[in-house]
Amino acid sequence: MIVIDDLHKSFGSIRALRGVSFTAQDGRITGLLGPNGAGKSTTLRTLATLLKPDAGRGRVDDHDILAEPLEVRRRLGVLPHAAGIYPHLTGRENIEYFGHLHGLGAAELDKRTNELIELLDMGEFVERRTKGFSQGQRIKVAIARALVHSPRNVVLDEPTNGLDVMATRGLRSLIRRLRDAGHCVLFSSHVMQEVATLCDEVVIIAHGVVVAHGTPEAIRQRSSTESLEDAFVAAIGSAEGLE
Amino acid sequence: MTSPVLTVWRKEVTENFRDRRTLFSALLFGPLFGPFLLALMINLMLEKTVTQADQKVRLAVTASERAPNLVRFLEEHDVVVVPATLELAQARAAIRNGTHQIVLLIPEEYPARLQEGLPAPLKLISDASDSQTGKYASHLRALLGAYGSQLAGSRLLARGVSPDVIQPIVVDDIDVSTPAGRALLVLGMMTYFILFAMLMGGLYLAIDATAGERERGSLEPLLTVPVRRQTLIYGKVLAACCYMLGSLAIALVAFTVALALVPLEALGMTANFDLTVAGKVFLVAAPFVLLGAALMTVVASFTRTYREAQSYLTVVLLVPTLPILFAGLYSLRPGTWLMAIPSLSQHLLITNLLRDEPLQPVHVLVSIATTLAAGLLLTWLAGRLYQREAILG
Repeated sequence: MIVIDDLHKSFGSIRALRGVSFTAQDGRITGLLGPNGAGKSTTLRTLATLLKPDAGRGRVDDHDILAEPLEVRRRLGVLPHAAGIYPHLTGRENIEYFGHLHGLGAAELDKRTNELIELLDMGEFVERRTKGFSQGQRIKVAIARALVHSPRNVVLDEPTNGLDVMATRGLRSLIRRLRDAGHCVLFSSHVMQEVATLCDEVVIIAHGVVVAHGTPEAIRQRSSTESLEDAFVAAIGSAEGLE
Repeated sequence: MTSPVLTVWRKEVTENFRDRRTLFSALLFGPLFGPFLLALMINLMLEKTVTQADQKVRLAVTASERAPNLVRFLEEHDVVVVPATLELAQARAAIRNGTHQIVLLIPEEYPARLQEGLPAPLKLISDASDSQTGKYASHLRALLGAYGSQLAGSRLLARGVSPDVIQPIVVDDIDVSTPAGRALLVLGMMTYFILFAMLMGGLYLAIDATAGERERGSLEPLLTVPVRRQTLIYGKVLAACCYMLGSLAIALVAFTVALALVPLEALGMTANFDLTVAGKVFLVAAPFVLLGAALMTVVASFTRTYREAQSYLTVVLLVPTLPILFAGLYSLRPGTWLMAIPSLSQHLLITNLLRDEPLQPVHVLVSIATTLAAGLLLTWLAGRLYQREAILG
């Protein structure tokens, strides 16, 4: 479970987060939705302990992101926005490198890597060096790498960026499977349909604050609009009105 | 389960070993550049000396019939006298356009004044800015001076005075430089080549550690693993160190081979450089590896892109030359406090080894201790710099 409580973060004079709060439950898919520059990546980076918040708290399975960053990282599987892999290593070596860094033993790592290779259907290319991999193949390696330590909580920053239709479908089914296995899945996107079809919970974020939070249906009803997209526009509009 | 430092180290060593650019610069270009350049330079020097020794001084003499004794004296001293008919202005022009290298003008009044026992004028025309004819000209000046002394001596004898009267002092030139010492003029730059090879070995690994990882987008995922950031950086520095030790070893073997192949003896030098000396140089230079790797990592951590890191690190490659330059300017001799300056201490110790002089244990100890301490400090600093949020770019 991920709890974000009143996060503030500034970069120089830019106030990226101005009090972001939400909760992502286990066994549910939570979508962080917002326009570019709304603060989605900064929120996820702060959660992943890559950035330190100026104020506010974050907890992952009841471990504080500031007090116990290593414990938090152990419980998180993170696919960052920039999820580059090492071109001179094979797909398998890329995955195993992270497994070693997570402290997995050889037998356990081998078993887990093979599971992920099957789960993500990477058998055909995983033994090749990743230089020259397609975007879809690269993302698969990056996802496997993020999941190698079987984290309870999975954080994906715009995972479908640059993926073709088939790869996107594959990723969606993977996210659902993770949810069904009881994981807490938090992912960000600026694509409306994706969030609408996939998410159990939606957190709409704009200008560094949460402007709406709930199931897609609840958000739509609350803003009394036809679609989530209209609700989104309404939510952002009202946020701008508050300024 | 292995320690994270070793995991990072193993991955960096493997990955860079598969990168052709890294391999080329670390294990080929870096270590072989110095030995190749040195061998080339020595060969060129050798060629020049040999051809110069074969060449006799060619001197154009005008109106040689006015001074037959002088001409004979010059010819006896291996000067090739070329008769010429030139006025002063023509002679200048002939030097400038290269028709003649040196011209000796014998003026009309020369025989008469010589006869009367008055100073007889001669004009020697040469271009002193040309180092080669400059050397010939001073050789000729010395010959003419000797001829003058000989004449003076016979004049004094004719008057019943010993020629010793006009030779109050005699200078004996004794050159104490040993063949190994003379070779040092050439080998002086070897320290720099050795440090250069070493730094080249770790250059791309240091760039990769920060700017490279960031540009590839692999830095952010890496920082989400439950390992402290400084531990990751220590593994990377360690990998760079291994490559640098490899480059250093290859460079030293290449130097040994190159110096065994070039005929230094023909230049009156002996290179005191066999595998035993190379081994000692390796041990003396090795502590600099950690300092170099950490310094490059620190500098690279401030850069935003691969290209930027490359241009900054090229400057770092020049840093070890500064102390060596000072050592040359002030002709520094090894002293205990100088051993506290990294790169200078390596230079002085390596120079000692090349001179075949014994190393003072305290010097070696101070050099190793201070260089390692500076290296550890910079490694710690690199770890600190990795904690900054700005590292994400």
